Amino acid sequence: MLDNSLRSNRLPSAAGVGYKPQHFAQILEDAAPVGWLEIHAENYMGDGGRPLAQLRHLSEQFPISVHGVGLSIGGEMPLDADHLARLKHLVGWLNPASFSEHLAWSTHDSHFLNDLLPLPYTDATLARICDHIDQVQEVLGRSMLLENPSSYLAFAESTWSEPNFLRELARRTGCGLLLDVNNVFVSATNLDFSPQEYIDAYPLEKVGEIHLGGHDEDEDDHGHPLLIDSHGREVVDPVWALLDYVLERSGPKPVLVEWDTDVPDWPVLQAEAARAHAALERIPA
Amino acid sequence: MSVNQSTFHTALLDPAQPVPDGLFDAETRPAGRRFSVYRNNVAVSLTEATHQAFPIITKLLGPKNMDGLAGLFLRRHPPSSPLMMFYGEEFPQFLANMEQLSHLGYLPDVARLELALRRSYHAADSTGIDPQALAIEPETLMAATVEFAPAMEMLRSPWPVHAIWRFNTEADAPAPQPQAQDILITRPEFDPIPHLLPPGGADWIAALQAGQTIGTAHETALAANPDFDLGATLALLLQGGAITTLNTERLDR
Repeated sequence: MLDNSLRSNRLPSAAGVGYKPQHFAQILEDAAPVGWLEIHAENYMGDGGRPLAQLRHLSEQFPISVHGVGLSIGGEMPLDADHLARLKHLVGWLNPASFSEHLAWSTHDSHFLNDLLPLPYTDATLARICDHIDQVQEVLGRSMLLENPSSYLAFAESTWSEPNFLRELARRTGCGLLLDVNNVFVSATNLDFSPQEYIDAYPLEKVGEIHLGGHDEDEDDHGHPLLIDSHGREVVDPVWALLDYVLERSGPKPVLVEWDTDVPDWPVLQAEAARAHAALERIPA
Repeated sequence: MSVNQSTFHTALLDPAQPVPDGLFDAETRPAGRRFSVYRNNVAVSLTEATHQAFPIITKLLGPKNMDGLAGLFLRRHPPSSPLMMFYGEEFPQFLANMEQLSHLGYLPDVARLELALRRSYHAADSTGIDPQALAIEPETLMAATVEFAPAMEMLRSPWPVHAIWRFNTEADAPAPQPQAQDILITRPEFDPIPHLLPPGGADWIAALQAGQTIGTAHETALAANPDFDLGATLALLLQGGAITTLNTERLDR
């Protein structure tokens, strides 16, 4: 359980974007309505050079969220101590407004697979992930947020629903949650459940940040729609509608637009952020 | 039925393996193509990482051939850490071991150059010494040792790697001629620059890196190459901010 004296997550309830170095100059010139930025932790674990210089500069003007993609919190093996030390160094240096990671695994047998891989929701995985989150929060000296995955398949062995699994993780470890609304929509389409019912069951009071992103459309062997979380295009209308559904129930939250592949020119990403900003403006105060 | 990560991992990297049991769609039919999404994510993301890490190799071989090589490479050498900025350390040796590429003997050293450029890009910042610091008694200077910037890199090759680099990155660069070339990479601010080292320059720098004094290293370089010109190599180092410390304490005593 997290020590109450630890630093909590304090991103503004405004629109943010995933930072891409090609947007550096334009962000400094014309960021509005973007109020904060998110970086992938692993891209800033070099010893110096342009990436860290840009990050230092941006952090003087924007709240920064550090989003890890390589810790493998759901891994069956112990967390990589070297990687955890690198995270501690980055978070200590930057003192970001938030740190988040994924309910997923990516490393096995010292192989990093560069993808967020799925987990069965069982008592055993719950206990293991709680231990890993406890360890991360203890090493970093702050609470973290944990993000729900995009699912393409289900595990026969799962005994927990995803919202209940996340609720229990947050209860046992004191961590907060990062609600990726696109991931909910993708998983709901792929696995035939109602995204609204997922949100109704989800502990919105634990949410410290919301993610949005674009997905691709494919089909499985039986012609069933199979959505793929690609972060390579605009957020689709049903996901914007699901964001409204969430915000009506949760109240204002920090809302981030992710765009990681086929990264567009700044005005395109800025327009997506403006849509998130408009959604936040619509919530009654 | 439980699917452990070892089984998942093996099936992920080897498309010839069956999809693990215990993975379903919403109607509890076997996952089939749904599992391929993960296989595809891993293969595509690592293939793209290889393209990004080795743009000149990609240009030399063509993107299609590079896709094929990256596919073999990622299965033989999956990343050993989540720091994708350093992905591909084994790629030069992997290229050297490919029999089909043995007629392109320069490829491994071009890949080593691309790795060195990336290491330099992410290396710690440092400040080069003021060239005026060298305006001291010649005897004191010759007895001094130096320390180099973390972003400095050196590559010695029996191939014209600097000419190949220029030919593939500059519009009007001359075609490479067969010759051995040594490269010094300096990073004055944020962008690493590969310089062609004059004869003996690499011997001198290697001797300095091994802790020899400027004078002793000079003799080492002259022994290796009688044409060695200390001034030209020193100028490259100073302009690139590659010398961070001049240790003159030996004569201070």
